[in-house]
Order: sequence, then C-alpha cells, then structure tokens
Amino acid sequence: MRWLATIFMYRTLRTALPALGRNRMRSALTTLGIVIGIAAVIAMMEIGEGSSRGIQQSIASMGAANLMVQPGTASSGGVSFGAGTAMTLTPDDAIVIGRDCPAVRAAAPIVRARTQVVYGNRNWVPAFIYGSTPAFLDVREWTDLADGAPFTDQDVRNASKVCLLGQTVAKQLLGGVSPIGKEVRINNVSFRVIGLLSSKGANMMGLDQDDILLAPWTSIKYRVSRNSVTNVNQSAASSATTQTVNTLSGLYPGQTSLYSVPSATQQADTPSPARFTNVDQILVSGRSSEEVPQAIQQITQILRQRHRLHADDSDDFNIRDMTEMTRALSSTSALMTNLLLAVALISLVVGGVGIMNIMLVSVTERTREIGLRMAVGARARDILRQFLVESVILCVLGGGFGILLGRGGSILVRVLLHWPTEMSLGAMIAAVVVSISVGVIFGYYPAWKASLLDPIEALRYE
Amino acid sequence: MELIRTENIYKDYHLGEVDVRVLRGVSLAVERGDLVALMGSSGSGKTTLMNILGCLDHPTSGRYWLDGDEVSCLSMDGRAALRHKKIGFVFQSFNLLPRTSAIENVMMPLFCGPGEVTEREARERATGLLNRMYLGDRLEHEPTQLSGGEQQRVAIARSLINRPSLLLADEPTGNLDSHTSEEILKMFVQLNVEEHITIVLVTHDPSVAAHARSIIRLRDGQIVDGDSISAPHHLVSADQS
Repeated sequence: MRWLATIFMYRTLRTALPALGRNRMRSALTTLGIVIGIAAVIAMMEIGEGSSRGIQQSIASMGAANLMVQPGTASSGGVSFGAGTAMTLTPDDAIVIGRDCPAVRAAAPIVRARTQVVYGNRNWVPAFIYGSTPAFLDVREWTDLADGAPFTDQDVRNASKVCLLGQTVAKQLLGGVSPIGKEVRINNVSFRVIGLLSSKGANMMGLDQDDILLAPWTSIKYRVSRNSVTNVNQSAASSATTQTVNTLSGLYPGQTSLYSVPSATQQADTPSPARFTNVDQILVSGRSSEEVPQAIQQITQILRQRHRLHADDSDDFNIRDMTEMTRALSSTSALMTNLLLAVALISLVVGGVGIMNIMLVSVTERTREIGLRMAVGARARDILRQFLVESVILCVLGGGFGILLGRGGSILVRVLLHWPTEMSLGAMIAAVVVSISVGVIFGYYPAWKASLLDPIEALRYE
Repeated sequence: MELIRTENIYKDYHLGEVDVRVLRGVSLAVERGDLVALMGSSGSGKTTLMNILGCLDHPTSGRYWLDGDEVSCLSMDGRAALRHKKIGFVFQSFNLLPRTSAIENVMMPLFCGPGEVTEREARERATGLLNRMYLGDRLEHEPTQLSGGEQQRVAIARSLINRPSLLLADEPTGNLDSHTSEEILKMFVQLNVEEHITIVLVTHDPSVAAHARSIIRLRDGQIVDGDSISAPHHLVSADQS
C-alpha cells in the first residue's frame, strides 16, 4: 500500500514539478504572495511576541506576580488587633519559601519601621523603612540601581549599618548631592548610604514607591525598631522588645550544635517558648503570573508544615496576590494575541487569493496542455490532483521562504531597531500548516475548473 | 481481424435550442494493421468521427467496438484509461509542451495515466522512439529549437510511447510544407508496414490520403465510399524496396 502511495506521489510530482519549472516567473510571482503573507505572519508573531513579552515584563515588574505573606491576626480577650498583628512569620520562613517552592522565584522577609531619618540639618520620615534581604530587590524587579551597590547577605548577617535610599528620600535629605557614602541617622543610629535606588514612581494605590529606605532586616529589627514602639499591638510589642535570645541562631546553617538534638518526643514534651525572631511580612514573587496559584498552594503547604499546624487548625498567616494586576496582564496578552492573529489571517487570505488568481490564469493558459493530458489518458481527478499538488507545492515553498524571510526580518528588527523579538516555534508550525491549507483551499477551485474541461474543447482552445 | 467496428453511429450537438446532427448512422470497420485515410470536406463530421473513434467523445446512439471491446458505453474514466492504453494521438498543431525537452515531451503520457513505469524505463523507451524518428541527437531540444517536421516527429514518438494499437492522426501535415509532409507521411507508412500499427489519418487533402491503403469518405455525416480501395499499395512496396 505504502509502495503504491509512493509511486502515486512520485508520478504526480513528476508531472507537477516540470510544469512549475516551465513557468518559473509565474510560479515565483504566485509564491511571492504566500512568501510575503507567511513572512509577515512570522515577523509579526515574533515582533509581537517580543513586544507582548516586554509589556508583560513591565507589568510584571509592577509586581503582578508578587505575593504578600502576612502573619495572621492576634486577638486578646475578644479584641482583634487587625491584619498582620500576630507574630508567626520568621526570617527562616522566607528562606525556605525561596528555596523549596518551585513556583517561587524569590522571597524576601520585610521588617517595617516608621521613624525619622536625619541628615545634617534636614530630616524626613520615609513612607517605607524596610528591613529586608538582598532578595527584596530581586522580588520587586528593582535590581538596577541608579548608583552604588546593594547590600549583601553578609551585611544581613552582621546587621551592618548600611542602607539604600529611594529617589524621594535622597532628594529630601540630600538635595541634588550624591548620597553614596553619606551617613544618615535613623532613630539616632547612623547608617551609611551605599546605594541609590532607581526611580519607580507611584504604585497602583498612588503611594510614592521611591519614598523608601532599605536596609538589612537585622539592622532595622535590632538597631532601629528595638527602641521605637512601632507596633500597635501592645502585647506583641512587649514580647518584641525582649527578644534578646535566639537572635541570629538560624542564620548560620551547618553550625554544630553544642547540645544533642532533641528527639521529636522530647520536643513535644518541652515546647520551646514562643520567643523567636519574627518579621512583619514576607514578600514573594512567583516565576510568572500564571504560576501564582501554584505558588500560593506551595507556600501554604510549607508554612503550615513549618508552623506545625494541625489539619483542623486554620492558617496563622494570610497570602495576598495582586489580582487586579494579574487580570490586567492576562487581558493585555490576550489582546495582543488576538491582534496578531487578525493581522496574520488578513495577510494569509491576501496571499491565498493571489494564489487562486494566478492558478486560474494558469489553468486558462494551459488549457491545451490539460486537453493533451486528458487525450493521453489523464482522468479528471488526475488533472485535479496535479493542479492541487502544484498549488500546494507553491504554497509550501512560499511558506518555507516566508519563514526564512520573516525570521530574517525579525532578526533585522532586533539588531537594527533593538526591538525585543521572540522566536516562535508555534508560529512556524502554524505557518507551514496554514500554507498547505491555503494551497489546498485556494488551489481547489482552479484545479476543479481544470478538471471539468472537455478534452475536445481544450485541445482546440487557442 | 477488425480493430475498429462501428454500427450506426449518430452524434447530435445541442447548439442553443437547435439540435445539429453531425453524424447520421456511420458504420465502418478497420482491419488491424490497416492504414486508413478518413476524408471529407470541413463540416462533413470527420473530426467528430475521429473524436468518437479516439474515445474522446461518446456517440449519441450506435455502438463502437475497439479491439473487440465495446467502448460506446464506457464512463469518462473508463475512456481515459482506454485512451491511455490503446490510442495514440497526433495533432495538426503538434501540441507539444512548451519549454520542455523533446524527451520529456515523449515521456509525458507515461506519467499521465495508470500503469507503473520507472524513470529509467521511461527514458529508455523515449530515447528508442526518438532514435527511430531520427531525432537521437535532439533529445534535450525544446520545441522552439525544432523545425515543424521535427516537432511533428516528436509528437509521433509521444503518441507511440504507450505502444498503442491505434494511431489517430488529425491533419498531421496541415501545418507543414509539402516536403516535410512527405517525410512525415513516409514515417506513418513505415510505422504501419514495420510495426503493423493501425493508423487512421484524418485529412481533407487527397495527396495525403494517397498514402493510405484504404480511404473512407465522409459527407454530411454519412460514409459515401466505405469500400476499402486498395489504391496506394505501389507506394508501400516502393518504400520497402
């Protein structure tokens, strides 16, 4: 059967290829329609995909894939203290989330403070004084600093007195002077400015995101907040001020313990007092906005495990995602895809109509040839098949050249105009499939017309 | 033995509302190995008759046997297969594929219908035929590079590629000068004598018909003079000597 099919195809090609070769110019012109169509599709797809990726990235840098993990609500005697007042999140939680959740790109603990920052004779109260880890910049996609360098994990371990300033804070405190190397005082503790954050503008709520001072969380926690009562939760605040034990114990992994490791039973028998370092929230960024639901699930699982919650306990933390931004992101990318699809379809239809036109002309021009073929024994369906195969060959060739041309075009655009382009395998496969379909669909009518010819009339056609 | 036998063939054409009867009861028989001239003035229906004999068309009524099989009731595809196997055509205007080498032109019918021929076999057969047409040195020439006589010889080679039992030539010398015509007609006679191929020459030219062994005259859709007249045998014997 296969052998027969091979012979069959061979014979059809044997007839179709020379026929195309006889009219190289016309074949080339016919193909040109499809070449341009497919090239336009590929180039549009690649440029569009690149732009779409770019737009998504810039939306994502606004924090669309970000998640906020907040501790649960503390309450005392029926009085609830509001969201985030319980002290259940530890810096280790952030490390483990960042390390063990596959859907999470980075996670950073945040310790907040609100106090006055002084430089020389100026002072300012930044909207955000955040203590965090270097991962914070990564989570917020803020890694390109305007000046200086970010603090390191070493600084976090040492509780170094270094900080990064947002643009607004720098302007308010130092005017136009470069802040690098200057000493600012936060709550009477002197911090050296080692970097200036790039400008990020207002967030979706209209808060100025540049009004920020960023420092290692250990420095904020132990050097700044210790003396300032920043927490509205009095009961929590009292425990926070006495956190002198167990401060950095978790920060040196691999350290040999002086004491034997207690067994599970021992641990259950002697519960450790609830004195641990807590952080105000953990900022997490998912790998992409699509992976946010998985990230939420994984974080929930890990935190429940780490916090030793029973199956019937409710979570002692809340996870919030940026639903609004995610929605904007997905609607933008859907819009882009539809736009590209519309453009692609139009150019392909134009190419297909071109093919049909020239095939029709070709049928008229080759009427005598068709008559001759019929006279020497070609059946109507042989003629139909021959013309169909010719048009499919043209379309496939056109598709191939179109892919090359489109790729070339998009590479040129990337190199010369520095637009982002993205190679799209899907578009190429679609282009090949579509060009064959165009060949069949738009080649069918002329082929069918050819097969209807009467051999006697066709032979006499002038 | 008869290769062609027709009985009472009628053919009507519908031109608008008028029915035109082109053939009015043609009955004829052609022996295997004969060289027949089908003569008649224009409008006598000789082209219509040739189309029917060549299985390009079917009669309105009447019966037609080719090589012992009745073909007047065959479908379009059946007639196409029959043409492929048993009939070769030579046309007045050669009908060669433009911008295609002589050998490709000759091989063309092999790839047009059923039957399996390898590329090599096809090439060998086409080369052999072109050699017999004294075109062995013109295999790769395109029609525009060939003279009229050469083109017609390529067309004859093409008509023979499927080893047909019947060769139909429609005014084969109509577009050629008298000298070349003679050459082509000699070729037909030679094929007829050496290969015993049955040939039907359709012509209005008595000098062409003179090469035939027998002549069928057609007038107003009827055979006027259906008897085999054995006139030009001296020509054949002259060729053979």
